[in-house]
Amino acid sequence: MTGSPGREQVSRVLQQHGALMVLAALVVVGSVAFDSFATAGNAASVLVSSSFTAIIAIGMTFVIISGGIDLSVGSLFVFGGVLAAYGSQYGLFVALVLPLAACGLVGLLQGLLIARTGMAPFIVTLAGLLGVRGLMLAISNEGATTYLVKDSAFARLGQGGVFGLTWPVYITALLAVAAMVLLQRTAFGQNVYAVGGNEPGAALMGVPVARTKVYVYLMSGLLAGLAGVLNAARLSSGVTILGIGLELDVIAAVVIGGTLLTGGAGGITGTIAGVLLLGVIQSLINQVGNLTSAFQQVVSGLFLALVVVAQRLLGRAQRLG
Amino acid sequence: MSQSVAPVLEARQISKRFPGVVALDGVSIALLPGEVHALVGENGAGKSTLIKVFTGVHRPDGGELIYNGSPVAFGTPLDAQRAGISTIYQEVNLVPMMSVARNLMLGREPRGRLGVIDTARMYGEAERILAGYGVVTDVRRPLRTLGMGVQQMVALARAVAIDARVVIMDEPTSSLEPREVETLFSVIRKLRDDGIAVVYVSHRLDELYEVCDRVTVLRDGRVAHTGPLAELERLKLIALMLGRDLDEVRTGGLTRFSRDRRHARERDGAAPAVRAEGLTRRQVLRGVDVAVWPGEVVGLGGLLGAGRSETAKGIVGALPLDAGRVLVGGLPLRTGSTTAAIRAGVSLLPEDRKAEGIIPALSVRENIALAALPSLSRAGVVSDAKIDKVVEVFMRRLRIKAASPHQPVQELSGGNQQKVLLARWLAIRPKILLLDEPTRGIDVGAKAEVQALVDELAEEGLGVLLISSDLEELVEGADRILVLREGAVVGELSGDDVTEDKIMASIAERGAESDG
Repeated sequence: MTGSPGREQVSRVLQQHGALMVLAALVVVGSVAFDSFATAGNAASVLVSSSFTAIIAIGMTFVIISGGIDLSVGSLFVFGGVLAAYGSQYGLFVALVLPLAACGLVGLLQGLLIARTGMAPFIVTLAGLLGVRGLMLAISNEGATTYLVKDSAFARLGQGGVFGLTWPVYITALLAVAAMVLLQRTAFGQNVYAVGGNEPGAALMGVPVARTKVYVYLMSGLLAGLAGVLNAARLSSGVTILGIGLELDVIAAVVIGGTLLTGGAGGITGTIAGVLLLGVIQSLINQVGNLTSAFQQVVSGLFLALVVVAQRLLGRAQRLG
Repeated sequence: MSQSVAPVLEARQISKRFPGVVALDGVSIALLPGEVHALVGENGAGKSTLIKVFTGVHRPDGGELIYNGSPVAFGTPLDAQRAGISTIYQEVNLVPMMSVARNLMLGREPRGRLGVIDTARMYGEAERILAGYGVVTDVRRPLRTLGMGVQQMVALARAVAIDARVVIMDEPTSSLEPREVETLFSVIRKLRDDGIAVVYVSHRLDELYEVCDRVTVLRDGRVAHTGPLAELERLKLIALMLGRDLDEVRTGGLTRFSRDRRHARERDGAAPAVRAEGLTRRQVLRGVDVAVWPGEVVGLGGLLGAGRSETAKGIVGALPLDAGRVLVGGLPLRTGSTTAAIRAGVSLLPEDRKAEGIIPALSVRENIALAALPSLSRAGVVSDAKIDKVVEVFMRRLRIKAASPHQPVQELSGGNQQKVLLARWLAIRPKILLLDEPTRGIDVGAKAEVQALVDELAEEGLGVLLISSDLEELVEGADRILVLREGAVVGELSGDDVTEDKIMASIAERGAESDG
């Protein structure tokens, strides 16, 4: 009872590249409708503002494909930023290493708890979300202290760049390529798919399930921290009010990009497309002018619902043909 | 093969306890290189536990495992697999959403430059390996888009490809077509000739005698017998498994459906309990007509993929239909609605117990009461007393062996799980019962009980549609047989024509036509 190969392929392509197609269509529509949309300046602004979400979303893609979820990334993002700004008074090296070490450690602990004790990722990372934000508040005097970036080399990391784009955009692009190779072309990547696709089966096939999960959460923590670091460099300060609800935006972008929330399928290309799609929707709504940014959330929400419905239908088409 | 050959894997006095159960009690077994060793026993005899000890899933509480002459303790399935002990399980344990090639090569993907997976070589290698098993397919396709038989072959190819010294097969043929079984057997014989020890677990005696050299019978966690299989009479083997006297087995231990009812059916004038007309579903069903009269057992014959399960699913509304209608007691049923079917008194006992039937973590009581809840409650409030009564009646009547009605279903043996499911559907007092492979994967004793029960239910006026891959079961159980092929009814057999030969002839006849 298999579908015809042609139809099967069409639905698979739609699943994997649907977000990219919609993104392309929106860009075309936006370019035609608004003179100020298809400008280098606007494109750069979308890319720059999307890059931080994209870095976190790369880590989240691994987590979701492995069948898990990471709710702590929003807190880790702001925690990493505050630590980076704080650390910048001791120079570039500390500004980079301190937040990455701290966020990596949190990710590692969450991964160990999830993989070794079998606790639900939702609960463990919810604890992470609350705990890490608490930590951030503790070191910033209840959020009242905003550390300013003291190191100019560090600030350049977030503000400098070439060809009209800042370094974070290039770093994101590099990370995305590395993540694609890691996911598609290494044993670790295959293990991530296997764990998310059939965990008991993967264990019986000799996949190191626990280790794979630990790495996935470690990576997600590191990337969330890195996004925070780069953002602090961009803002020249450790703003303490960022990142609330960011984890949900990231999850939305990953799912819109075609990664199944149930695990086992998805990819980096889709995720990047999903992040950019949300960025472009935001930009288009800004172009319209008289709509508030609240409207952007309504559109994003509708879009997410649409994608999930489409995934269900495509999934059914693939199974029944 | 002489006893002087050193065993490749040996269990010595292995014991394993679980809370409340002694699963293995001093089991010793030696697997020789180049033999196919049958491991048999009723459900709950300890076969699965023993396999899990071999493969590093369970650690034994006592005794030792000797591998290649030295004691070993496998901490994980990976350890056992690396050491050369491979297992293929009853349910295919692969990753459905990953491609065929990636499933096959997971954990030993060919690497190119920079340690990155060389996909071209991976696909080539996967194709080459699968070709050796008679499987020709696009290895880039997700595994789930292939049939169960092909998936099983991929699992087997994977198990063997990792330099295995011992290959353990747990019910490998339960979802294979006869042609695929032949391929499997030739692969098994090749493994044996290569000096690999094969452990073969199956309930199908024909297969055991065809492919196995020696047999070990487990009963209640102990070894009841071990020795060459060819010297063991079939009835003796069954007696060993059941722990009964040979005479008892000869006279009544293997009760099957009674034949008394046959020919006695008076159909003229009476309306069928259920009539399905022109059931059509793209690529699956091509206008199937089925009618079942009250008190009649109608068998659906045919090969895997002929549309037998799909017919049953179409009748209860679990498979969306492109065309066709279903009449129950002369009234048309709303298609595509299982609720409507259940309300009209049509119940389906699905083929895949795990995926479509039992809810493993719920208790026996809850599993039984599930479908009948609407009739056991008033204004949405469930009556505990009524449930208790229904559950008690069915546990007694179907002889469900459980510690209490509150024991989770997952702790029961396969046969008892099947009875729980049967109870669930009987509890809603159906007029028609559709049974899809009701005795697959359950032990001989429970099988006979389920068969006798079906017989009894038909006597009481229930219409039964019976699907079984076991020809003998069909012939013994059904009053009338419809033979399906490629989604259409190609023959109807009744009375004296209900024989295994006639069914096979009916399938083959049509096959010759469509091949030519």
